[in-house]
Amino acid sequence: MLHKSINGADDRYNVVVIGSGLGGLTSANRLARSGHSVLLLEHHHQLGGLATWFKRKGHIFDVSLHGFPHGMVKTCRKYWNRDIMESIVQLKNIVFDNPQFSLTTTFDRQDFTSILVNRFKISQATINDFFNTVASMNFYDDQSMSTRELFEKFFPGRDDVHRLLMEPITYANGSTLDDPAITYGIVFSNFMNKGVFTFRGGTDHLIGMMAKELVDNGVNICKNSKVDRIVIEAGKVRGVLVGDRFIEADSVVSNSGILNTIYDLAGKEFFPVEFLDKVKTVRVNTSSCQVYIGIKKEESIADIGDLLFVSTAEKFSSDELLDMHTRSRTFSLYYPKTRPDHNRYTVVASMNGKFDDWNRLNTNEYESEKQDMIDRTLVDLERYIPDVRQKIDWLEAATPKTIHRYTLHTKGTSFGTKFEGLDISRSIFKAIPGLFHVGSVGIIMSGWLGAINYGVIVANDVDGYIRSI
Amino acid sequence: MTIDEIREVILEIIRDIDDEADLDNLNSGEALRDQLDLDSMDFLDIVMELRKRYQIQIPEEDYPQLATLDSCVNYLMPRLKAA
Ligand SMILES: Cc1cc2nc3c(=O)[nH]c(=O)nc-3n(C[C@H](O)[C@H](O)[C@H](O)COP(=O)(O)OP(=O)(O)OC[C@H]3O[C@@H](n4cnc5c(N)ncnc54)[C@H](O)[C@@H]3O)c2cc1C
Repeated sequence: MLHKSINGADDRYNVVVIGSGLGGLTSANRLARSGHSVLLLEHHHQLGGLATWFKRKGHIFDVSLHGFPHGMVKTCRKYWNRDIMESIVQLKNIVFDNPQFSLTTTFDRQDFTSILVNRFKISQATINDFFNTVASMNFYDDQSMSTRELFEKFFPGRDDVHRLLMEPITYANGSTLDDPAITYGIVFSNFMNKGVFTFRGGTDHLIGMMAKELVDNGVNICKNSKVDRIVIEAGKVRGVLVGDRFIEADSVVSNSGILNTIYDLAGKEFFPVEFLDKVKTVRVNTSSCQVYIGIKKEESIADIGDLLFVSTAEKFSSDELLDMHTRSRTFSLYYPKTRPDHNRYTVVASMNGKFDDWNRLNTNEYESEKQDMIDRTLVDLERYIPDVRQKIDWLEAATPKTIHRYTLHTKGTSFGTKFEGLDISRSIFKAIPGLFHVGSVGIIMSGWLGAINYGVIVANDVDGYIRSI
Repeated sequence: MTIDEIREVILEIIRDIDDEADLDNLNSGEALRDQLDLDSMDFLDIVMELRKRYQIQIPEEDYPQLATLDSCVNYLMPRLKAA
């Protein structure tokens, strides 16, 4: 059942899942399907976490539906259902436009190879070698090599090639040239292998289908239910506190951020010192800014591509992308084909961003920085749609503070933690039996596909634990 | 369970994971991964399904022993004898 408040919850469950991001939703679904009683608690009034949308003046804006890898097809079929799988469609026109190159690609290995050979004059052998090297990378491999070193090894001095290979991944998961090459390899192989995909019907449709599947499988869902504490007794998980309501559980799966889970929900006094020492080294990833642009009902815009990576910065640098005044952004174009029964056009611009840059501003400065960001975005968009200003009837911006407000994540992180967070997330149940974490960590477990697959991996741990007690 | 029954159980679980898998031409001494379109997530599904059906816990360090159909049977035989 789907409830609007905690009043719909019973007193005891095998599993309580805290948070309804894609990781939490998937763990809940797997565990219910394998026969456990599951309660899913979400502090927001909408399910989905960062996989979210909002409505304004007849527009529906998608926040994180810009593109995901082909692997989602199999993952949705196995862990959700065929209807969800069948709504996945390819985005065929991916555009790069910057001072170093302008091109359109289908974003698959074949097309990248021909672009690298014909435009960038890289030898076929080097390209094959590069693709095979990244494809064989595993997360237990050596992590001392950085992505920068990987690029220098294969494409020395070619910052144009580095840009082509890195820019989309920086937008996809906030990683930089200094992150381990293996995190790049794993994500790149997923993404740039078989193209970029989206969900026909939009995020609202996907989350609606997932909610139905969960209810059909017997998951009890309570929205507007913020968990205040995970209750731990005698070194083990006993349940959760939501306001003054205690709900008993054999195990708790937290889809809240990993640091929120340890410091705010569980309390660091319950963890061994050696574990906490490792937690202290975990760096949260960066955050995002977005500008949402709604086109008037009677207007349309020409097809300029599905996903545009645009920049007026001479050279690519991770710092430039993260700068508050970055000259690099992506435009996601939502034509009527996105939501076939909703005949509207919207554009969403996304930028990377740092929480502290926005958090230190006073109210006036914050509002004026937001307005400046909107203005810069429109100037960029006019290069592709010259008359776009007259066609707009909604403009709005989101910052790292907005993301923090909705997800509660430490510093509004969009992509969880850097690599070291994965080990903490994977081993938390060894520190406190019955306590599990699911959700974006370690770069590789983030994004829609990463979060869903991680939900499955964690559900397997939880199932093993419950069946052993 | 007998060897044949265990083999049948594994094939059935794989069929549930991928209904298009070509199981008739499977070489039972060769890695499943190389012959079928199975990835590490699929192996996790097999582990979870075995736990659900027969309450056997397969620790992560034992996953390599599930590489081929024969090695699966050898690994599961002592654990499923009574099932
Ligand atoms: C701007 C932006 C664009 C993106 N674009 C893409 C994209 O195009 N493709 C892609 O694959 N990925 C994209 N991503 C990343 C992707 O959206 C995320 O990696 C993924 O959705 C994260 O899922 P998650 O399971 O980690 O949980 P989250 O989505 O982080 O959800 C966590 C949930 O837990 C809830 N919660 C937290 N604390 C509590 C509590 N105490 N009690 C109750 N509930 C609580 C929160 O409300 C939230 O619902 C994007 C992210 C951002 C920010």
